[in-house]
Amino acid sequence: MKFVGLVWSNLKRRKLRTALTILSVTVAFVLFGFLGAIKQALIGGIDLADATRLIIRHRVSIIQNLPESYKARISRIPGVVAVTHLTWFNGIYQDPQNFFASMPVEPDGLLDMYPELSLPQDQLDAWNASRTGAVAGRQLADRFGWQVGDRISLVSPIWPRAGANEAWEFDIVGIYDATKRGIDTSGFYFRYDYFDEARSYGQGLVGWYLVRSDSPENSAAIAAAIDEEFLNSPAETKAMPESAMAQDFIRQFGDIAALVTAILSAVFFTILLVAGNTMAQSVRERTGELGVLKAIGFTNESVLAVVLAESFLIAGIGGLAGLGLALGLTAAFAPTVANYLPGFYITRGDILLGLVLTVGLGFVAGILPALEAMRLRTADALRRIA
Amino acid sequence: MSDDVLVRVEKVTKIFRRGSEEIRVLEELDLEVRRGEFLALMGPSGSGKSTLLNLIGGLDRPTGGTIAIGGDRIDSLSDRQLAAWRARHIGLVFQFYNLLPVLSAERNVELPLLLTSLSKAQRRKHVAAALEAVGLSHRSGHQPLQLSGGEQQRTGIARAIVTDPTILLCDEPTGDLDRKSGDDILGLLQALNREHGKTIVMVTHDPHASQRASRTVYLNKGRLFSEAPE
Repeated sequence: MKFVGLVWSNLKRRKLRTALTILSVTVAFVLFGFLGAIKQALIGGIDLADATRLIIRHRVSIIQNLPESYKARISRIPGVVAVTHLTWFNGIYQDPQNFFASMPVEPDGLLDMYPELSLPQDQLDAWNASRTGAVAGRQLADRFGWQVGDRISLVSPIWPRAGANEAWEFDIVGIYDATKRGIDTSGFYFRYDYFDEARSYGQGLVGWYLVRSDSPENSAAIAAAIDEEFLNSPAETKAMPESAMAQDFIRQFGDIAALVTAILSAVFFTILLVAGNTMAQSVRERTGELGVLKAIGFTNESVLAVVLAESFLIAGIGGLAGLGLALGLTAAFAPTVANYLPGFYITRGDILLGLVLTVGLGFVAGILPALEAMRLRTADALRRIA
Repeated sequence: MSDDVLVRVEKVTKIFRRGSEEIRVLEELDLEVRRGEFLALMGPSGSGKSTLLNLIGGLDRPTGGTIAIGGDRIDSLSDRQLAAWRARHIGLVFQFYNLLPVLSAERNVELPLLLTSLSKAQRRKHVAAALEAVGLSHRSGHQPLQLSGGEQQRTGIARAIVTDPTILLCDEPTGDLDRKSGDDILGLLQALNREHGKTIVMVTHDPHASQRASRTVYLNKGRLFSEAPE
C-alpha cells in the first residue's frame, strides 16, 4: 500500500495519454458488455430451455400448421405428462412497427407448461371466464401503457378475422411476470377457442405443440414415439427438445457465439497493443527514474511490482468503468430493443468474465515492460541520464 | 589495518565490454576511506571516477578485486542483498538531482523510507527533519520543476540523508549549479561531515569544490594518485 501514491503519481505524469488509454479500455469493455447482452438475447433461450419440454412442429416447417386433433393422440403416448399448443398470430397494434409475439393458447395449458410465467390466480380466473380475454407480459404492457381492463384492437396479416371487420378485439384481463431473469415478458396471449371460432379460415389448425415428458431421460424416446405416431399422415411431425429448437432458430443468424468471440478477440488484441505500447513507452521514458529507485534500494522485484501495478490500475479503472457503463446502458436500452432482443442483459457469468479479462489485460499489457524495468542495470540506467 | 577504515577497495579492476572491444576503466586499484572522512575524487572525464563511486555504492560490480564497506564484502552479495544493503547504508547525491518530477519535494525525500518498516507518521517526522537539515522546510510541498537548481539539489541531499546512511556518495553534486548555489551545497555537505560525522565520498571536476574536502585523491587512466598527476 505504501507504493500506491508512487504508482498513482506515475499515471498522472502524462494525463492525456493515461486518459486516452483508460478510455480505449473502457470502450472495449462497453463493447464487451453490449455484445455479451446481444449474445444472451439471442442464445439465452437455450440455457432457459426446460429439458422435459418438447416442441412438435410440422415436419416440413414450423410455418406449416398441424391439426388440433393431434392433441388427444399425443397425450395418449406413454411418458407424456401434458400437452398444449400455440399458433403464431403476428398481431400488430395500431402501427405496422408495433408487432410483437402474440399467440392464441389454452390458458391453463400455457401456464402449466411454463411455470416460469407468473399470473395472479384472479387474473387467470378472469381469463378463463372471458372468451375475448388476453394477457400481456409486463414488458409489453409497460411499452404500450396497457392496464388490466383496457380493450385493445390487433390486426393479424396471417389470420384475418371473419366478417367485414378484420381486426381482433381483446380485453386485457391480466399482466404476467417472469419468475426468473432472462424470461421474455414481451408476449401477448389470448384464447384459442375465441381465435378458432372467429378466424376467417384454417379452423381446427394449430401452429405447434408443446409436450412435457415425465423425465429428461425419456424426452428423446417420447419425441421419437410422437414422430412415429404421425408417420405417413398428411401432416407428419418433427418433435425435438425445446433447447434443440432454440438452437435451430439461432442457426438462422449464424454462429452468434463464434462471431461475438471473434469480434471481442480482435478488440481486446488491439486494446492490448495500445495499453502495452503505453506501458512500454512509459517505462522507456522513465529509465533514469527507475535507475534512481534501484539505486536508493528498490529491489528488482519491487520495481517490477510498481510497473505492473500501473498496468493493473489502467486496466482496472478502464475495465470497471467499461463494465459499469455497459451495465447501465444495457439496462437503459433493454426496453427499447425488447421487441427484437428480449432478454437483453449482461449475465453474471459475463460480468465475472469481464473482471477476469480486466486482470488479464493488466497483466499481459504490463508484464513485458515490467520485466524490462526489472532487468534494468542500475549503473547503466543512471549513465543514460548523466 | 585500522578499525576506523570504513571503505576498503583492494585490487579492484573494472572492464567494460563493447562488442569485442574491452575497455579497462579501473586497474587493480586500492583505496581506503576512513570513517568520518570527506574525500574528494578528482580526475579528467573518462578516468573512472563515477565507475569507482558506483562500485563503492554497490550500483555495479567489479570485474576483479574486493570491496568492503564497514567490514561487509559487498562484491559478493546477490542483487537482492545488495539492494537491501544500499537502502540501509548508502545515500546518493547526483549531478542532475534525479528527483521524480511527479512527486513533491517531501514525497521525493520519503522514497527511501518506503523501503523501511516505519509508519506513515514516523516517515513524515524523518522527512521533516531531513528537509529541516537542508533548509528546505518551506518548499516541501513543491514539485521539483517549481524549485531552483540549488533547491533541487538540497532535496536530493535530504533524500540521501533521510535514512541516516553510513556513507554519502556524491557524483558531481555542484556540476549543474552556479557558483553561489554550488558553494551553498558544498557548505551543506561540509556541515554534514563536520557536525554530523557523515563519511562523504565526492566525485568532482572542480578544484574549488575539492578544497572543501578533508582529502583529495586523483584518478587517471584507471589508477589512483594522492597528488594531481602532470
